[in-house]
Amino acid sequence: MPQIFHRSTNTIARVSIFGAVFFIAGLLLLATAVSRSSWVTEAGVPREQPIQFSHERHVAGNGIDCRYCHTSVEDSAFAGIPPTKTCMNCHSQIFSNSPFLEPVRESFHTDRSIEWTRVHDLPDFVYFNHSIHVHKGVGCTTCHGQVDRMPLMWQAKSLQMEWCVDCHREPERYVRPRDAVFSVEYAPPANQLELGTRLVAEYHIQKLTSCSTCHR
Amino acid sequence: MSPLNSSKPDNAGPRTWWRALEERAGDPAFQELLHNEFPSQVEAIADPVARRTFLKLMGASLALGGFTGCTLQPSEKIVPYVRQPEELIPGRPLFFATAMALGGVAIGLLVESHEGRPTKIEGNPLHPGSLGATDAFAQAAVLGLYDPDRSQTLTNLGDIRPWSAFLGELRAALAAQQPLKGAGVRILTESVSSPTLAAQIRDVLSRFPSAKWHRWDPASGEQARAGARLAFGEYVGVRYRFDRADVILALDSDFLGCGPGSVRYARDFAERRRPGQAGRMNRLYALDSMPSSTGARADHRLPVRPSEVEGLARRIAAAIGVGGVEQATGSSAGGQTTSDQTARWINAVAKDLQAHRGSSLVVAGDEQPAAVHAVAHAMNAALGNAGSTVIYTDPVEAEPADQLASLGDLVNDMNAGAVDLLVIIGGNPVYTAPADVPFGAALSKVRLRVHLGLYDDETSALCHWQIPETHFLEAWSDARAYDGTASIVQPLIAPLYNGKSAHELLAAFTDRPERSGYDIVRDYWNARAADLKIGGGDGAAAPKPGAGFSAAFESAWRRWLHDGLIPGTALSARTVAVRGPIPSTSIATMIAGAAGPRGAAGGTAPPPADGALEIVFRSDPSVLDGRFANNGWLQELPKPITKLTWDNAVLVSPKTAEMLKVGGVPSMQGGEHGQIVSDVVELRYRGRSVKGAAFVVPGHPDGCATVHLGYGRTRAGQVGSGTGFNANALRTSDAMSFGPGLQIARTGERYSLACTQYHHLMEGRGQVRAITRDEFVRNPSALKEGDQTPPKTLTLYPEHKYEGHKWGMTIDVNACIGCNACVVGCQSENNIPVVGKAQVLAGREMHWLRIDTYYRGPVDNPETYFQPVPCMQCENAPCEVVCPVGATVHSDEGLNDMVYNRCVGTRYCSNNCPYKVRRFNFLLYQDWTTPSLKLGRNPDVTVRSRGVMEKCTYCVQRINEAKIDAEKEERPLKDGDIKTACQQVCPADAIVFGDLNDPGSRVAQLQREVRNYALLAELNTRPRTTYLAVVRNVNPELGE
Repeated sequence: MPQIFHRSTNTIARVSIFGAVFFIAGLLLLATAVSRSSWVTEAGVPREQPIQFSHERHVAGNGIDCRYCHTSVEDSAFAGIPPTKTCMNCHSQIFSNSPFLEPVRESFHTDRSIEWTRVHDLPDFVYFNHSIHVHKGVGCTTCHGQVDRMPLMWQAKSLQMEWCVDCHREPERYVRPRDAVFSVEYAPPANQLELGTRLVAEYHIQKLTSCSTCHR
Repeated sequence: MSPLNSSKPDNAGPRTWWRALEERAGDPAFQELLHNEFPSQVEAIADPVARRTFLKLMGASLALGGFTGCTLQPSEKIVPYVRQPEELIPGRPLFFATAMALGGVAIGLLVESHEGRPTKIEGNPLHPGSLGATDAFAQAAVLGLYDPDRSQTLTNLGDIRPWSAFLGELRAALAAQQPLKGAGVRILTESVSSPTLAAQIRDVLSRFPSAKWHRWDPASGEQARAGARLAFGEYVGVRYRFDRADVILALDSDFLGCGPGSVRYARDFAERRRPGQAGRMNRLYALDSMPSSTGARADHRLPVRPSEVEGLARRIAAAIGVGGVEQATGSSAGGQTTSDQTARWINAVAKDLQAHRGSSLVVAGDEQPAAVHAVAHAMNAALGNAGSTVIYTDPVEAEPADQLASLGDLVNDMNAGAVDLLVIIGGNPVYTAPADVPFGAALSKVRLRVHLGLYDDETSALCHWQIPETHFLEAWSDARAYDGTASIVQPLIAPLYNGKSAHELLAAFTDRPERSGYDIVRDYWNARAADLKIGGGDGAAAPKPGAGFSAAFESAWRRWLHDGLIPGTALSARTVAVRGPIPSTSIATMIAGAAGPRGAAGGTAPPPADGALEIVFRSDPSVLDGRFANNGWLQELPKPITKLTWDNAVLVSPKTAEMLKVGGVPSMQGGEHGQIVSDVVELRYRGRSVKGAAFVVPGHPDGCATVHLGYGRTRAGQVGSGTGFNANALRTSDAMSFGPGLQIARTGERYSLACTQYHHLMEGRGQVRAITRDEFVRNPSALKEGDQTPPKTLTLYPEHKYEGHKWGMTIDVNACIGCNACVVGCQSENNIPVVGKAQVLAGREMHWLRIDTYYRGPVDNPETYFQPVPCMQCENAPCEVVCPVGATVHSDEGLNDMVYNRCVGTRYCSNNCPYKVRRFNFLLYQDWTTPSLKLGRNPDVTVRSRGVMEKCTYCVQRINEAKIDAEKEERPLKDGDIKTACQQVCPADAIVFGDLNDPGSRVAQLQREVRNYALLAELNTRPRTTYLAVVRNVNPELGE
C-alpha cells in the first residue's frame, strides 16, 4: 500500500504542534500587553473637555488648593466637581469676557450644567472612597499624577485592579504625612519605606484586600 | 386530586415539621421533587440530541462570551450643579423626615436622598407609630414614586390639557353652583387624617353649604369605627398598649400584620415575648379565620369561620361576666352545641383573662362586624383594661363617617341627577365599590367628573378630567399617626409629572386657586401655633393667615420638619362608657341559620351539608385594596402564609378542598420546584360569579373560602393589570367582610399559581425549633436534642483568623411575624430586580431573603412559624470552594463576598449551597432602560446584569460606610452603628446584626443564649447567621 502522506508531513506536523505552543503563548503575551496598554486603560491620554480647563494654570500658576474646587474630597466618596458657581467666583471678575469661558457663563445664566468628560472612570462595580484615602495619607498626586503639569487633564495611572492592589498590599510604599496630602510639590523621601512603615502604624492603615472592600 | 387529603394515612407524627401538605402526607412524587434541584432541565440533558445542541451552544457561548469582555469602557460625563445646594455633599445621602398615610393613618419615615433622589425609606425612630421600623407598603413606596405607569399628564377625555384649562372649567362650574349654595357639588375622599386637608374641606363646605363631603376608603377600618359607635354612641379612637398586656385575645384580628399602628404593635408585642424574662412573657389567644401573622404567633389558635367569631366572643364575654352580650335565642353562631374542646378553650381563655384584670386585652379584627368590636370594648371595660391596655381617644380621622352609607348616599344622589360636579380625591371607587353599589354606572350621570389620582385607573376612565396626583414623596401635606401625633409630610423631590396634591386641588375651590401646597400646610399650622403653645410668649390670638410667621413659629416649624412629628399633638386619653346591651349582627344570625350550628374546635364538625359555604373577603396582604397593584415589589412578594405571588386565589381548608374535589398540585413543569397547578373554580354568590384558582391553606377554617381583594384590575398599569380575579365583583354592601351562601363549582380548567412555598427547599432539613415556655424553664437544652455539631477540626481548610471584626447575625424566630417588610427593605436597599410571574413559576425569584413558613401538627390547625433565611455567611462555606473563578471568597471579616465582576455564571455555588440562598440572573431582569426606575436605585450597590450570581451581603455597603466614618473620626465602631436593611425595617426587632468579636455586642450575647441554634449545623458549615428558637407560652390548662 502506498504512503498516503508525503514524508514532509511529519515536519509540518512537528512544527505546527510545537509552533502552536509558542503561537498561543505569544497571543497571551500580546493580550496582556494590549490590556495594559493605554489604548485600553487610556492612561496618559489627554481628554477633550467642553472647556479647555487647565489644571496647570490653576494649580501651578495660581496656587489654588485642590479642595477649593474638589470640596467633598475629605467628606465623601466623590471628590466633587465644582459647580459653575465656583468658576464664576473668580471669572465674574477676571477673564470675564474671555471667549474660552463662554460655556461657563452660559451655564451660569441658563442654569444648565457643564457636562465634563470623566477622566478617572472606574467601572460601575468598583466603589472607591476619596475621603478615607485622603484621611489615611494617600496624596492626590499619588494617584492623579502631577496635576500641576497637566494643561488638559489625563489619567496618570492605569486604574487597573493590579495597580489598586499594589498599594493595598504594601501601603508603606506610597503613604505620606497627612499635612502633605494636598501638596503637589511633595516628592517621596529617600527613606520612604521607613517613613511609610511609621505612618502605617500611626494612621492605623489596614491592608484591606478583601473583595468587598471595593466590590459590592 | 391532590395528595393532601387528610383522609390519607398520616405518615407524619404530631411533632414533625412540614412545609407543604404533600410533604406531610409523605407523597413519594413530592420526595422526588425535593431531591431534583433543577427538574426542568433534567430531561433536556438526558435527551441525546438536546445534549449535543447544548454542548454546541456552550462552546459557542464560551468562544463568543470571552470577547464580550473586550469592549472598551464607554466615555462617561460628570454633570455638576450650577449652584450647589448648601447642605448637600455629593456622594453622601441626606435623610429627611416625612410620613406616609394609609387608610388615614400615618407612619413616620426617614427617607434617604441621593442628590435629590429618594432611594430608600426607613422608619423614623422618633415617631410613635414607627420607632424606626416600617411595613412592606412603606418600603415599596419608592418604587411607587418612580413607577413609569403613573398618570403623567392632566387630561380631559384623554386629551392633554393645561392646568389653567381645568381651572377655567372648574371655576365656571363652581360659579354656576354659587346661587345653589353648591347643592350639586360633591367631594369624595379617602379617609382623611390630614388636619390641613380637613380644614380645607370644611372651608369649601362653608363656601358651599349645600355641598357634601363623602368618604370611601377600603383600607380603613370601617367596622372598627362602627363598633366604637355601637359601644360608646360616638366615634372613638382606640389604641392598644401591648407593652402592658399579659394576656391578649384576638377576635379574628391581625393586629400584628396590618391595620393602623400594626408596626408599633408588633414592636410592643415582641418586646413582651423575650423568653429571657420568662415571667413577663405575654400569652396570645386567637380566634382566627384566614390564617394570619397574628394567628401564627398565637399560643392558642382556634380556626373559626368569621361568622362564628361573634358567638364565641359573646360566650367568652358572658363567661367573664359582661352583661348584655347574650345573643337572641336560636341565633348563637357557634352556639350551644359546640364541642367540649371549644368549651374548654372558651373557659380557659375567660379564666386567663379574668386572672389578668387590667393587664389583659381583647382586640377585634377590622373585618369583624361592629357588634364584635362592641363586645370587645365591653370585655375590656369589664376587665378593667380601659385606660390601661386600651386607650380611648378622640378619633384620629378627621370627622369619621359611615363610609359605606356615605358612598351609598353619593350613588343615590348621582342616580337622582342631583350631582353636577364630583371631585374624587384619591382612591379608585369605580373598582373598589361593592358590586351592589353601581358607582361606575351612576358616575356617568354627573355633569362634570374630576379624578385626582396617582394612576390613570378604572375611575379615571369614567371621569372627564384626570389630574395626576403627587406621590407623598413629592408634595407637602400632613397626617396623623395611630395615636394622633401629627407629622408634616415633607416632599423629597419636586413632582416628577407636574402633579397636584389634594391641597392644591382644593385650593382651586377658593379665591386663591394657585396657592402652593407648602403655603397651605404652613399657614394651617401657623394658625394653630397658639394651640401648640408656640408664638413667643404672647400666644394670644392666632396669627392671621398671611400675616407672616413669627420667629418662634419658624424655629418650631423647622424642628417639626427635622423630627418628623409635631410634639404635643398625640390625642389624650378619654374616658368613655359602654352603653347598654349590644345587638347581635343580623348577618351572623343569617349565617348561623344557613350553615347550621357546628363545632368550632379545629374544624372537627362537617361543613354544611347543602354545599353552601361562607365567603370571606380580605384586603390583600401585598396590594391591599388594589392601590399597590402596579408595584412590582409588592406583587412579587410572597404573601404571608400562602406564599402566593402575582395572584389571588380562592383559599380553602384541606377538608373543604377535599369536599369540593379541588386543589392544586406542585408541578415540575417549567422550573425548580415550580408552580402549583390548580383547579379553576367558579364562585357563585348571590347571583354573581367570578372564576379563580383554588388554593389549599393549612389552618384555614372549614366551610368557608377566603378571597383577597385588589386583583383583577383592568387599568392598573403594565404590572398590575390582568393579575388574579376581581373579588369586588362578589362583594355586597350588606356583607362586606363575609357572607353565607357561596357555591363553588369546578370548571375543569387548570391554572398555574406562582407559589414560593415550594421553592428553595432545604430537602426537608433545617427546620425551625420551638418549645413551650414551661419546658424552656425546666429544661432549655431540650431545644438542642439531636444536635450534631461536628468538631471544628473537621475540615481540610485552614481556620480563618479574624483580627478586626467578625460579623454575625441572629434572627429571633420567636419575634418574627412574617410581615415581609425585611424582604422589600432588602430589595430596595440592594437593587434586587422584579422577575415577573413566568420567572417565579420557574423558581427564579431574586429575593435575597426569603421567609420560610413551617408547620407542625394537624393540617386543620397547625402551629405556624416563620423563619427568614438570608445568606448564612458560613465559616466553612460550601459555595466558596467550588467556584472555579474565585468569584465568591471569604473576607477578612467573615463575609462570603460575592464578586459580580468575576462571576461567569457556572452556578456551582448555588448547587452546593445547602441553604439555597443564592440567586442567579438567568435573564436580564433589571430594567436598564426606563429612566424613572434608574433614579430609584441605590447608588452604593452594583446593578447586576444577566448571568451573574448574587446573594445577601450583610449589606456590605453599610458596613463599609460605617467603618469609613468611624476611621475618619478615629473612633472604634460601636455596636449598633451598622444596621442591615432587614434589621432596620423589622417591626418586631427580630434581626440583630453586629460584631461577634465584641463579646458585649448584642449579637454576641444573643448567640450565647440557650435558644440560639444554627441551621444545618450538622453539615459543619458553621453559619454566621443563627436563629433564636420559638418559645410558646402555652396555657397548661389547654396543653399543646
